[in-house]
Amino acid sequence: METRKTEILVGVFVAVTIVALVFLALRVASNTDITRGSTYTLSASFDNIGGLKVRSPVKIGGVTVGRVTRIYLEGEYYEPVVEMQISTAYDQLPETSTVSVLTSGLLGEQYLGVEPGFIDDGIMMLQDGDRFMNSNSAMVLEELIGQFLFSQGDN
Amino acid sequence: MDVLANLGRSSLNIFRGMGAALIMLLQAIIGKPQPRKSFPLFVRQMYVVGVQSLLIILISGLFIGMVLGLQGYTILVDFGAEQALGPMVALSLLRELGPVVTALLFAGRAGSALTAEIGLMRATEQLSSLEMMAVDPLRRVVAPRFWAGFISMPMLALIFTAVGILGGYFVGVQWLGVDDGAFWSVMQSAVDWRDDVMNGVIKSLVFAFVVTWIALYKGYTAEPTSAGISKATTSTVVTGSLAVLGLDFVLTAIMFS
Repeated sequence: METRKTEILVGVFVAVTIVALVFLALRVASNTDITRGSTYTLSASFDNIGGLKVRSPVKIGGVTVGRVTRIYLEGEYYEPVVEMQISTAYDQLPETSTVSVLTSGLLGEQYLGVEPGFIDDGIMMLQDGDRFMNSNSAMVLEELIGQFLFSQGDN
Repeated sequence: MDVLANLGRSSLNIFRGMGAALIMLLQAIIGKPQPRKSFPLFVRQMYVVGVQSLLIILISGLFIGMVLGLQGYTILVDFGAEQALGPMVALSLLRELGPVVTALLFAGRAGSALTAEIGLMRATEQLSSLEMMAVDPLRRVVAPRFWAGFISMPMLALIFTAVGILGGYFVGVQWLGVDDGAFWSVMQSAVDWRDDVMNGVIKSLVFAFVVTWIALYKGYTAEPTSAGISKATTSTVVTGSLAVLGLDFVLTAIMFS
């Protein structure tokens, strides 16, 4: 009887652990990452990417559709280029779309905001490996202050 | 010259001890597995080491989560960022407090008991009598205790973390009035399965290995006197806790920097 009781209590211990693991997996951690399904890769070049990082979200109208996968400098002028993976559920972005480096909230993290462009005859959809033609760089606080002071000096 | 000799002697002793501990562990766990004979011993030790530590883990997990919720709320509410309470509680428990506090409690609750038990077996010459009966005490006594500690401590750490997050939820949401949906959804967007949950599990596996190993070695090599056993038990808790805290810094630096 003694061993049977021990076995039952060890079984309860294992069951409680499994419950804890399932709780952590389903309730605490995110398992609905948008880039877990099939994705396609787009890139964009900027003058300045600010505080953007690998794994920063890519959003259309506030909805996360992908993630930044790679950031590097390109060409003789060292232009920053950002590569992103976007879920194939959103593969109808026209080539007139604009991508900007934005900040969530006043002090929040930086993300890429995609603004879908107009669709017209002769406008192609962006394919895997394409590059956005229109991009807006990150706002850098020091540059804004500098421009403000400069414009004050003119008056 | 004497200073140099003392330094040399003490470092040689430290390395000799580490080598002897490694040999003891390898002799205990390497060998032909005998599931029929060793599984009941293992279940018995899972009960002693794991199930009997469950209560202290549940209670301290709950209270640490509740304190995190309370402290985090009073700081975050000043910035109007009380929605960030969820990720704060979850990340600090998953990454640090869960594995570390569980390992410290485990060293105190189960590690000291293992050392005292094996030390007393040595003092009363039970280990020698096993050898006389051609039973290897390393396989029979040390191995099931090692596996039980190595497996049950990460399980205890998972339970600790889950209960702690629930404690933070009770204080933050039910008592202080953080929004229920925001608490969980901001937490989910901040916590990553592989980066946070799995790294926490890896941490607790490392701690479990080190703490159980230290406890068994200190017991196995305890002086066979009552003073020797008391010294070995103290040394298990002190060395185990220091090893956990030191390794935690190294692992955090590797995983999260």
